[in-house]
Amino acid sequence: MEPADDILLDDDAALELPAEPMRLNMGPSHPAMHGTIRMVLDLDGETVQNVDVQPGYLHRGFEKSCERGTWAQVFPYTDRLNYVSPMCNNVGYALAVEKLLDIQVPIRAQYYRVMLAEIARICDHFTCNGAAAMELGAFTPFLWILKVREWLWHILEAETGARMTHSFARIGGMAAEPTPGFKAAVRARIPEVRKVIAETETMLIKNRIFLDRTQGVGILTKERAIALGCTGVIGRASGIPYDVRKDNPYLVYGDLDFEVPIGQDGDNWDRFSVRFEEVHQSLRILEQCLEKMPDEGPVSVSDPRITLPPKSEVYNTIEGTIAHFKLIMEGLKPPKGEVYSFTEAGNGELGFFIVSDGSGTPYRIRVRPPCWFNLQAVREMVMGDMIADIIPTFGSINMIGGECDR
Amino acid sequence: MFAVYLPVFIMLGVATLVAVGMFTATSLAGPKNMTAEKAIPYESGSETTGANHIRMSIKFYLTAILFVVFDIEAVFLYPWAAMFRSLGWVGFVEMLLFIVILGVTLIYAWKKGALEWES
Amino acid sequence: MTTGLLLLTTALKILFILLVTVGAFAPMLVWAERRQSAMMQDRIGPHRAGIRLPAGAADAFRASVLPMRLAAAASGAVGALLLLLLAFAWAADDASWLPVSPLELTATGVGLLVLGGILDVGSKIHGMLADNGGNISLAGLLHPLADALKFIFKEDFVPPKADKLLHSLAPIITLMPAIAVFAVIPFSDVLYLEHWDAVVPRNGVVTGDVTAIPLQVANLNVGVLFLFAIAGTGIIGAAIGGYASDNKYSLIGGIRAASQMVSYEVALGLTIVPCFMIYDSLRLEAMATWQHDNGVWGICVLPITIAFVLFFTAAIGETKRIPFDLPEGESELVGGYLTEYSGMKFGMFFMSEFIEVVGLAAVATVIFFGGWDLPFVYRDGIDFPGVWDAQLASFVMGVEYNGAVEGIDATGIALAHWGVLALGVVGFLAKIVALIWFQLLTRWSLPRFRYDQMMQLCWKGLLPAALGNILFTGVVVLLGEGAMQMAVWSGTFVVVGSIVFFFLPALKRDPRVPAGAQPAAS
Repeated sequence: MEPADDILLDDDAALELPAEPMRLNMGPSHPAMHGTIRMVLDLDGETVQNVDVQPGYLHRGFEKSCERGTWAQVFPYTDRLNYVSPMCNNVGYALAVEKLLDIQVPIRAQYYRVMLAEIARICDHFTCNGAAAMELGAFTPFLWILKVREWLWHILEAETGARMTHSFARIGGMAAEPTPGFKAAVRARIPEVRKVIAETETMLIKNRIFLDRTQGVGILTKERAIALGCTGVIGRASGIPYDVRKDNPYLVYGDLDFEVPIGQDGDNWDRFSVRFEEVHQSLRILEQCLEKMPDEGPVSVSDPRITLPPKSEVYNTIEGTIAHFKLIMEGLKPPKGEVYSFTEAGNGELGFFIVSDGSGTPYRIRVRPPCWFNLQAVREMVMGDMIADIIPTFGSINMIGGECDR
Repeated sequence: MFAVYLPVFIMLGVATLVAVGMFTATSLAGPKNMTAEKAIPYESGSETTGANHIRMSIKFYLTAILFVVFDIEAVFLYPWAAMFRSLGWVGFVEMLLFIVILGVTLIYAWKKGALEWES
Repeated sequence: MTTGLLLLTTALKILFILLVTVGAFAPMLVWAERRQSAMMQDRIGPHRAGIRLPAGAADAFRASVLPMRLAAAASGAVGALLLLLLAFAWAADDASWLPVSPLELTATGVGLLVLGGILDVGSKIHGMLADNGGNISLAGLLHPLADALKFIFKEDFVPPKADKLLHSLAPIITLMPAIAVFAVIPFSDVLYLEHWDAVVPRNGVVTGDVTAIPLQVANLNVGVLFLFAIAGTGIIGAAIGGYASDNKYSLIGGIRAASQMVSYEVALGLTIVPCFMIYDSLRLEAMATWQHDNGVWGICVLPITIAFVLFFTAAIGETKRIPFDLPEGESELVGGYLTEYSGMKFGMFFMSEFIEVVGLAAVATVIFFGGWDLPFVYRDGIDFPGVWDAQLASFVMGVEYNGAVEGIDATGIALAHWGVLALGVVGFLAKIVALIWFQLLTRWSLPRFRYDQMMQLCWKGLLPAALGNILFTGVVVLLGEGAMQMAVWSGTFVVVGSIVFFFLPALKRDPRVPAGAQPAAS
């Protein structure tokens, strides 16, 4: 036993029975840690005695970077917050600036935003639930679910021109009108998405191994969830009936009929099933939007101080050229002041606290990322569980490094 | 006897040969390019702390002890099972006693918590 | 038997086993696993990789599909018509009005049917090739070969602080027993060398001076003990591999492997005891013969049906594949005991896993599925219930049926000894393939257990159930023939019922549009 002998010769303390448990690093370069989290575990056999969760491996200085460009130039950064559902972040930031400007986007743009955000939310929930299955070893449901995400990304790509980093919302509206085939494409996909959910559920929900691995594991009580500021699926699975779309409706959510699923135990199973139920609700929202969204009408406010003029005007009229020049070089200028605007993103309450000094550049942008607060709960969830339980528990948080570390 | 067991040894020899052959092939054909970074034990990109050989939880050794108990039971059961028809009810009752005693052992281990791995 | 003949036959049998396991099944399993998983998961699997054919090949293939299909239909129709004529003639018991003799008619009809089938399969292959842009996608079979070559030329990494001897020994100790277990597996009935082209009697008793060569490497009287002794050695490989790697993930993985495999070893050994009680032997060859002589596969006898379920669960646990792949557990332990292995040493662990899958299928085939036994195939030929097949054979051969064919004491179609043995080998391999496929389905459908759940399944589930099943079997066997008959009926009922009500409905899937096949918005 070479190594053991080395230790014995080198270190007298090692001659004693080691009293402290095995200290194991999990992450950052670990299959389940997304490359963005490090967990330092103290293990007694297979049981987790203590865990130290260390985020920060994806810190890029988002908030500081936002203070460099114009207000409109923040959109590409928001894409990279929660990169699984970027449309939600786009819409959230646009709503914050619009709140500062005190404007309302046209009704068509509101429905368009809701639809794109709900598609993004479905992608987000599907990615998380699929990954939960995959990390437990069930690879097949994961790929079925990714197939659905691929369908939805095709729709988003056709609309926005990019699969993930859309940068599609604008202050005061959207970058472009919906494509002519948008509604048809969404309408065609909804039943197929439902079918795949049903199939995936037969693979997982009736599966004894999957139930054993998720039920009663990673429990977060309602009190602790409130104390830690958990929102979104994590909070709802723990029994907090809080959904920004319902409790503080923005856009047209007040006119839409949907329900907020609530979990009972706050375990991995509740988070898993709340996500699937929310996908069903999102599909309902999409169906209603398909009915209600007008086919004609502007998708941006017609204020030349806010919205870029169409290209034909930029190239053909002096007013258009000047408006374009001013908006690009100086940016739109919101009034002096500060505002906190919050929306329901894929993982929970996504808040933007923005401060304007009246110039074309944000003075301060502070994000309230849902992941950051949800991640705090991980330590309590996995304490006393087994090493194999860390993976589904951490997966059910849906920690997205870009949003958490910013 | 010889004719029956010789093929077994030939088979074992061939199997070992295949395994050693693969091993030798990769040892000879594979490049060797050891660097200081590569020599660090992989632990998700972090420096490892503490000894890598550590006393594992006593639960694992309990499993080994239980294994010895029940594997020997299996070994006793094999010849009995092969002779079962000729032994008849007498043999059955004898083995019933043996299995019951071992069943009691299992229940005892169960009640004592030797079969609990969660904590 | 002389020593020279013994050595020669042993060498041939080992060569056959190596060809089948290492040479054919393990690589094919890699390919089949990828293809099967790709099909289940609706994704483009590696089977699409292929050799690109010259330009225009796709069009040529597509153009050939329709003519081939027409030719197949015509050939099949004519063949069927000829056989129908034969059937009419047989029903009328009058061959005189036929233009040719019944034998020629049968040969032509069957030949045309087979030709039609080949053409039909060919047209389908051509269609697939055309859809594939003229690529021969079967070349995905070469992937495992490429993998093996790649493994050999990868860096042979040994962690500097690892225990060099144990670290090197682990893959060898793992791979060696995986291959060696095939020593006691019979892949067909006993070969009587002098009678190879004659027909042996149904009871298998041949008189005179014969050399009997069992078609298994070694017909040990402690066959099953050997099996478990050798298979148990494989545990050590994973355990010391994990221990010697100087890595915490490996250590946890190795210890998991050790405790998991010793636990399931116990369960595996006990689940199978009811089979010995019913077959009255520890010889694998005798078990297959019992099933053949009694005309019932072990799986259809109720205690063995239960034993099969328990055995298969324990055996999948023993092969360390999903849902029991905790020692590797790639989402939590990165690679488990394999973390610090590279190159072919890593490959050897994987290869032994695949060979274990084949070995498990082979063992289960012999013990539960009759080994080389096929329905209606006997040592002297093929015999369906009733005497119609013998009458048909004699009608086709143009000889008078007088209760026997060609002077043999048989009511069916006589087959030479080598033909029966070859059929046995084919049947044996087919059953292995089916069981491997079943394992693949399991592997790609289930999530992984947690350590405590896995141990509880073994010690609180499989082990007591196996002990109970032993006692149940004892009662059934001692109660005599009537109880055995009941067991056979109820076992058959359970098997058929579970296939019809659980397995077949689960296989049914709606055909769906593959991902990305349609543009989302048009």
